[in-house]
Amino acid sequence: MGDLVLEALTKRYGGTVAVDGVNLEVQQGEMVALLGPSGCGKTTTLRMVAGFITPSSGNVRIAGQDVTRKPPYARDTGMVFQSYALFPHMSVGQNVAFGLEMRKVGRAERETRVMEALRLVRLDHLADRLPGQLSGGQQQRVALARALVVNPAVFLLDEPLSNLDAKLRGEVRMEIRSLQQRLGLTTLIVTHDQEEALTMADRLVVMERGRVRQVGTAEELYESPRDPFVAGFVGRCNLIEGQPEGAAGFRAKGGALLPCTNGASAAGSGAVLALRPERIALAAAEPREGAARLAAVTYLGAQTEYVVDYAGTPLVVIRATPPEGDPLRRLAPGDAVTLTWDAAAARLLPAQ
Amino acid sequence: MESGLFRRALYRGSVAFAFLLMLAPVVTVVAISFFRQEIVTFPPEALTLRWYVNAWDQQEFARGFITSLEVAALATLIGVPLGTAAALALQRSSIRGKGALNALLLGPLAVPGVVAGTALYMFYLRAEFWLDRDITATLEGLVAAHVLLTIPWSVRLVSASLVGMDRSAEEAAANLGARPLTVFWRVTLPMLRPGIVAAALFSFIQSFENLELTLLLVGPGRTTLPVAMLSYLEFRMDPTLSAVATVQIVLVAALMLLTDRFVKLSRVV
Repeated sequence: MGDLVLEALTKRYGGTVAVDGVNLEVQQGEMVALLGPSGCGKTTTLRMVAGFITPSSGNVRIAGQDVTRKPPYARDTGMVFQSYALFPHMSVGQNVAFGLEMRKVGRAERETRVMEALRLVRLDHLADRLPGQLSGGQQQRVALARALVVNPAVFLLDEPLSNLDAKLRGEVRMEIRSLQQRLGLTTLIVTHDQEEALTMADRLVVMERGRVRQVGTAEELYESPRDPFVAGFVGRCNLIEGQPEGAAGFRAKGGALLPCTNGASAAGSGAVLALRPERIALAAAEPREGAARLAAVTYLGAQTEYVVDYAGTPLVVIRATPPEGDPLRRLAPGDAVTLTWDAAAARLLPAQ
Repeated sequence: MESGLFRRALYRGSVAFAFLLMLAPVVTVVAISFFRQEIVTFPPEALTLRWYVNAWDQQEFARGFITSLEVAALATLIGVPLGTAAALALQRSSIRGKGALNALLLGPLAVPGVVAGTALYMFYLRAEFWLDRDITATLEGLVAAHVLLTIPWSVRLVSASLVGMDRSAEEAAANLGARPLTVFWRVTLPMLRPGIVAAALFSFIQSFENLELTLLLVGPGRTTLPVAMLSYLEFRMDPTLSAVATVQIVLVAALMLLTDRFVKLSRVV
């Protein structure tokens, strides 16, 4: 095991920049998720760490050693692929033994370690099967065992759960996380699923168009996003364009004045107000001129989602579904409502 | 409901018709080989095995059979590895002019066999003059010609396997510490096995039954089975040929069934 350091890692394809100066440190035993929409460069970054893609510039260090120019087979990484990538012509046991064979580990020790690794993922009873005879979840666990058996310095996961159905995904997610913590694996995981990233990783890296937008814990990214992209990508968010006005107001482009707490530096050019839908309280109101009006109501079971026209600015509000009999339950599009929120919950962000 | 029944009947009818079209000649040939009379009429006067005995007695058929086997086996052994290597180069490397190369390798399939055979014959005559040795009507000459058949089939079938192959298994092997050559022997080649087996089977059959390309390249004492059958036909018209053809059909069918046991052909072709 060791740490992983990326220094100004860059990949250019002709005129386009796929990965643009990524800096990142993954501590020994830490799990970091690369999160972003497709095409943001997260997979390219992971593949540069594994050695399948040669960086245009920058460095990759594994356990203190610069491996930027080393071929994949000379790097001490263990990778789990989106498609599992098991060898279809080898048994489960032979698949797991492959890495040990390449490292010239003796037969007796090999067999012990293969069984140990398979026990770790609770598949030791299927060692003689062919991968084609296993379910998707089992194949994924074989891929985990195969990557882990060689004790790699860095553990790499490329969208490991995207081929599993929803129920299995939750299970395998827990399994990967508990293995990672138990074995203290330095891990880099790529995912486009924010829930996956939020629940598994110690820290998240939000990427967009090849650049790192923000690095932080799930809570940091959710509570204090640095820019509108991060605010919109991690969780849902009302992003309102406009200008700060006075000490405690924000004038939206649509004309509405929204309460918020402005920092000292906020005044001046354009800005974006970020307001989480669940931080807005909603109440029924007497119909009068200029009031906020309900545009749509969507019942989602535990929660109900409201779209409110707030003096020309659409705002999404998410509340726990009110109990039956509550007057809020009878709200319909067109009804007048009042919205209130803690001014501190509305964050002023620089415009993009 | 009515139209549903009608459509189903139409569907089943056309499937049955297609099978009939494909199987009728085969069934006819096999049936005729047991008819007793020399000029084929229906119904047969009686059934007999005499044509099989007659075929067995024709030295040309026995020798042609051996030659065809030799040529097909050698052309397959040479063509499949070359075709596999070419398919790998076409699909995996970054060499220039892949389109042209692909067309060149598949070319022999597009040229009519008689034309290619004539061209080869003229080329062989010229080469014989320069090299001062026989090429036409030799085993080497026939094998060289038939490699032109086996290479395109191999390139085609192995390319198809390569296109459908998930490359991440090879990456996983590299990630686990395997050098490129080890990746090739331990992962790439085994994963291509179905395509390679199919390529070998089809190469063998193409070579074994080829007539047009071979016609001008054989000579007295060195004839393939299809050419021997054609020569026989020039002088006589009796069911002996049906007997030979039946043996051929049984042989090819057995080969396909045997291969299918190891590799599901329906998945490759």
